[in-house]
Amino acid sequence: MNSLHAQLLQLAIATPLVAALIIAGGLPKRFAVKLAGVAFVVPALIAAWLWQQFPAEGGATYHYLSNMDTGLGRFGITLKLGLNGIALPLFLLAATVGLAAGLYALRSGAERLKLYLMLLLIMQGGLLGVFASVDIFFFYFFHELALIPTFIMVGIWGGRDRNYAAMKMTIYLTAGALLSLLGLIAIYVKSGAQSFDLIELKAALAHQGLAPTAQKYIFGLLLFGFGTLVSLWPLHTWAPLGYGAAPSSAAMLHAGVLKKFGLYGLIQIALPLLPAGAQTWAWQLALLAGIGNVLVIGFITLAQRDLKQMLGYSSVMHMGYCFLGISCLSAIGTGGVVLLMVAHGLSVALLFMLATSVHHRTHTFDLAEMGGLAQKTPVLAACFVAGTMASIGLPAFANFWGELAIFVALWKFSPGLTAVAVAGVVISAIYGLRAVARIFFGPPSEHLQQVMAQHPPADLGWGERLPALILLAALLWLGFYPQALSRSIDQALPVGLASVSAGSVTVSPVQP
Amino acid sequence: MTTDYLKSVAESNQWWALGPEIMLACAALGLLVMEIILPKKDHRFIPFVAIVAQAMVLLTVILNFQTIWLGENLFGGLIKLSPWGQVARVFFLVSSLLVSFLGTICLPRTKLPRVEFYHIVMVVTAAMMLLVHSNHFVMFFVALETVTIGFYILVSYFRDNALTLEAGLKYLVLGALSSAIMLFGIVLLYGAVGKVSLNGITHTGFEFEVLHDFLRHHPDNFLAIAGALLVVGGVAFKIGAFPFQIWIPDVYQGAPTPVTAFLAVSSKAAGFAVLLTLVNQVFTPLAGVLVPVLSLLAAATIIMGNLAALTQRNTKRLMGLSGISHAGYLLIGVVASFTVPWATSAVWFYLCTYLLASMAVFGVMAYLTGPDDTDQTLDHYEHLAKQHPFLGGVLAVGVGSLAGIPPLAGFMGKLLLFIVAFQAELYPLLAIAIGGVVLSIYYYFGWIKSAYFEAWRPAATAPTAAPQFAITIPSLGGKLILGLLALATLLLGCYPGPLSHWLPF
Repeated sequence: MNSLHAQLLQLAIATPLVAALIIAGGLPKRFAVKLAGVAFVVPALIAAWLWQQFPAEGGATYHYLSNMDTGLGRFGITLKLGLNGIALPLFLLAATVGLAAGLYALRSGAERLKLYLMLLLIMQGGLLGVFASVDIFFFYFFHELALIPTFIMVGIWGGRDRNYAAMKMTIYLTAGALLSLLGLIAIYVKSGAQSFDLIELKAALAHQGLAPTAQKYIFGLLLFGFGTLVSLWPLHTWAPLGYGAAPSSAAMLHAGVLKKFGLYGLIQIALPLLPAGAQTWAWQLALLAGIGNVLVIGFITLAQRDLKQMLGYSSVMHMGYCFLGISCLSAIGTGGVVLLMVAHGLSVALLFMLATSVHHRTHTFDLAEMGGLAQKTPVLAACFVAGTMASIGLPAFANFWGELAIFVALWKFSPGLTAVAVAGVVISAIYGLRAVARIFFGPPSEHLQQVMAQHPPADLGWGERLPALILLAALLWLGFYPQALSRSIDQALPVGLASVSAGSVTVSPVQP
Repeated sequence: MTTDYLKSVAESNQWWALGPEIMLACAALGLLVMEIILPKKDHRFIPFVAIVAQAMVLLTVILNFQTIWLGENLFGGLIKLSPWGQVARVFFLVSSLLVSFLGTICLPRTKLPRVEFYHIVMVVTAAMMLLVHSNHFVMFFVALETVTIGFYILVSYFRDNALTLEAGLKYLVLGALSSAIMLFGIVLLYGAVGKVSLNGITHTGFEFEVLHDFLRHHPDNFLAIAGALLVVGGVAFKIGAFPFQIWIPDVYQGAPTPVTAFLAVSSKAAGFAVLLTLVNQVFTPLAGVLVPVLSLLAAATIIMGNLAALTQRNTKRLMGLSGISHAGYLLIGVVASFTVPWATSAVWFYLCTYLLASMAVFGVMAYLTGPDDTDQTLDHYEHLAKQHPFLGGVLAVGVGSLAGIPPLAGFMGKLLLFIVAFQAELYPLLAIAIGGVVLSIYYYFGWIKSAYFEAWRPAATAPTAAPQFAITIPSLGGKLILGLLALATLLLGCYPGPLSHWLPF
C-alpha cells in the first residue's frame, strides 16, 4: 500500500514535467492545452488523496518514501522523495495554487501559449518536487528548476520594465540560491554524514551537533541565502519589481508557492540541524523582519499607486510575519509560520490573479485611474474583497490562525515586537481596504469611463471564476477547520524547540 | 640511446602504447597526400575523411580504454600511461572532432586552403595526447612546443583579415615568452637536482619521478622552488590564468571561430591536465609554496575574468573572458587536489561539461558568423529564438550550462568543485567563486536575453526593424551534432551517472 503511495507521489511530480517534454516535442496547440490541463489536475488530485491518507499521528516521520539512484551515490546524492507533517501542507499548497494558476493560464490567451504552458508546467513540477524532496540537494535542484522558467516568463510575457525586472530577479535570486547552496554543502561536509539525505543528516547530528561557531556561520549563510529568496529586508528589492512585471500565472506560482521555499528550508533544515546557530541569529532576524519587513515595507506599501506593485510590497511585508514567527524559536510560532505560509500562498495567488482580471477590464494598474467597478462586475468585486480580507488576516480565513499563533509566540519573545507586528496588521488593513475602495467603489475615473465605453466590462468568466473559487474555498476551509493541517504540522515541528523558548508553550497552535 | 636500445623498444612493441597518436599523425599526413593525388573536384571530401579518421581513432581509444600499458614507464621513462591520460585522450579527440565539424561550417566561406586546417588540428591533438602522457620534461617540452606551433598557424589562419593577423602576432610573441619562462623553469629544476649529485641522478634530472624524489628530500631548495613556479607560470599561460590572461580577448576575437573553440576547450584542458599531473606527481612536496600561489592565481583569475566580461558585447571576446573565469574555478579544484584526492575527478568532470556547453555555443556562433568572422556582437542575436528556435534553444542550453544553472551539466560541475573546495576548507576561495558565479549570471543571462526577449515597446508603436544578419541554415548533420551536445548537457545535468561512472573517481 505504502509503495503505491510512493509511486503516486513520484507520479505527481513527473506528470507536469513529462507533459512539458511532450509539449516541447511539438504537440499541436489544441492537444497541448488539453494535456496541460490534465497535467495540472493530476497532481492536485494526488495531493488531496495523499493528504487524506496521511496517518493521523505520523506527522513526525516521513511517509511515502522512495529512493532513486542519480549516479552521484558516491556523494550521498539520491533522489529521495517523501512527505512529513511540514512538507505535506506545502505540497498541498503547491498542487492547489498550481491547479489554479494552470487553469487560469489555459484560458489566458497568452501569446505563444504553448511555450507559456510548457514553462508553467516545468515550474509546477519543480514546485511539487521541492516540497517532496527529502534529499536536500534535490530540494535545491527542484527549486532552481522552478525558478528558471520564472525569469524567462518575466522576460517574454512581462509588462513594463520586463527586461530590467527579469535581470534583477535573476541576479538576486541566483545570488540567494547560491548562498543557500553553500550553506547546504557546508552542512553536508561538516556533519560527516556523507549524505544529503535529511533523515541521515538529522541522525548524524542527533547525538553530537556541530560546533557552535560552525553553526553560527552556516545558519548565517542559510539565513541570508534563503532570506534573499523570501525577500527579507533589505534584500527584497527584486520582489515588487519582479511581481509587477511578471505575467499573472508566473506571479501566482512564484509569490504563492516558490517564495515559501526559503522559509520551508529554514524550518525544515536549518532549525532542527542548527539549533545553536538559530539562537545566535534570532534577534537579528527578528529586528530585520519586524522593523524592516513589517514597518518600513508596510509604509512603502501605503504609498503605492500601482495595484501590482502594491500586492508585491504587501507580499514582502507578510513575509516579515513569517520571519518573526521563525525567530521566536518556539513550536507555536513555527507552526503558525507553516500555517501562514499556506494561507498567504493561497491569498496572494488569488489577489495576483484578480489583479490581472481587473487590468483586463480597466486597462490600467493605476489605482487612481479606477473606481466603481463593483456595479459592473459584482463577482470579481466579491472575490477581490474576500482575498483582501484574507490577506489582512481577518477571522474566517486561514491567515488569521497563522498570524494569531505567531503573535502568541512573539509575545513570549518580545512584547515590543508584538506591538510592531500588530501595528502592521493595521497598516495592511489600511492599504488593502483603500485599494478595494479605489477599484470597486466610488465614481469611475475619466480614463475608466473611456475604456468602459469602448469595452463594456464583463464579470468573471468561468476561466477566471473556477481558479478563484478553488483558492477561496481552500482559504475558507482552512479558516474554519485549521486542524486539517495543524495537527500534522505540530507533530513534525523540531523536537526541543519549545524548550528553547522562554515559556512552556505546549498547546497546539489551534484548538478545534 | 643506442641502436640496441631502440631495437629492444621495437621488439617489446611499446609503440603500440602510442597507437592512437601514431594513427592520428599518419591520418593527418594522409590528408596532405590525398590533396596532392586527388583531382581538385574531389577535395571537398577530404574534411569528411579527416572526421572519419578521428572518429576511428576515438573508437580505438575507447575500445582499448583499459590498455595493458597503464602505469608502466615506457621508452625509458619518457612516457607513462595513466587512467587520466586515457580520459584526456578521449576528451581531446571528441574536442578535435567537434572543431573539425566547426571547420566544415566556417572554412567554406573563405577562399583559403582547407586541408591544412584539418591536418594541423589533428597533429596538434596528437601532440596534446603525448603531452599529457609525458613523464619527462624533455618529452613534455617537445610535445608542448608542437602544440603551440600548431596554434601559431591556426590562430592566423584567415590571413586576409587584419584582426586575425594581429591575433596571430600577439599569440606568437606571448607564446614564445611563456615557452621561454617554462624552459627556464625546467632548466632550474634540472640544475637543482643535478647540483646535489646524488648517485646517478644527474643524468635524469628531467624525469618526473626523480624530480619528485628530490623535492621530497629538499622541499626548501630555492632553485627548485623558483623553477617550479616558473613552470607553473608557463602552464598558467596555456589556461589563461591571471596574470597570463592578457592575450586571451584579442586572440580569441581574432582567431577563426573553430580555432577559438579549439583554444578554449582543448588548449585549456591540456593546460589543466598538465597542471594536475605536475601538482599531484611532481610538485607535491612544494605544497607550502604552491598552495598560496595557486590560490592567489585562482582568486585573481575569477575576479579578473568576470569583471572584464561584464560589459563585453563581442561574443568571441565574451567567451574568452568568461573562459578565464572558468579557468579560475578549475584552479580551485587544482588547489584542492593537494589535500582531497578526488579533486582531480571534479576538475575533469567540470572540463567535460565545459566541453559540451562551449562547443554547443561555438556551434551556434559559427552558424551566425557573417562575412567578418571577428565581428559578432550580442546585437546579432536579436530575434534568434523566434526565427531559428533550434539555434536559440541550443544557445540557451549551452550558455545556461556555462553559467551553471540547474538542471544543466555545468551546474553539476560547479557543485562538485564547490564540494571539493569545502572539503579542502578553501573558504575564501569559495566566497570569491560564488561572487564570480553571480557576476557571470549577469553577462550570460544578457546573452540569452538578447536572443529571447524583445525590448518592451508600448503596444502603439510598431516594432522597428532589427539589424538582419546572415545566418547559415544548419544542415541535418549540423543540427544532429548541436542537438546531441545540448541533449547531453541536459541529460548529464539531470542524471550525471554516465560521466561520474566513467571518470576514475
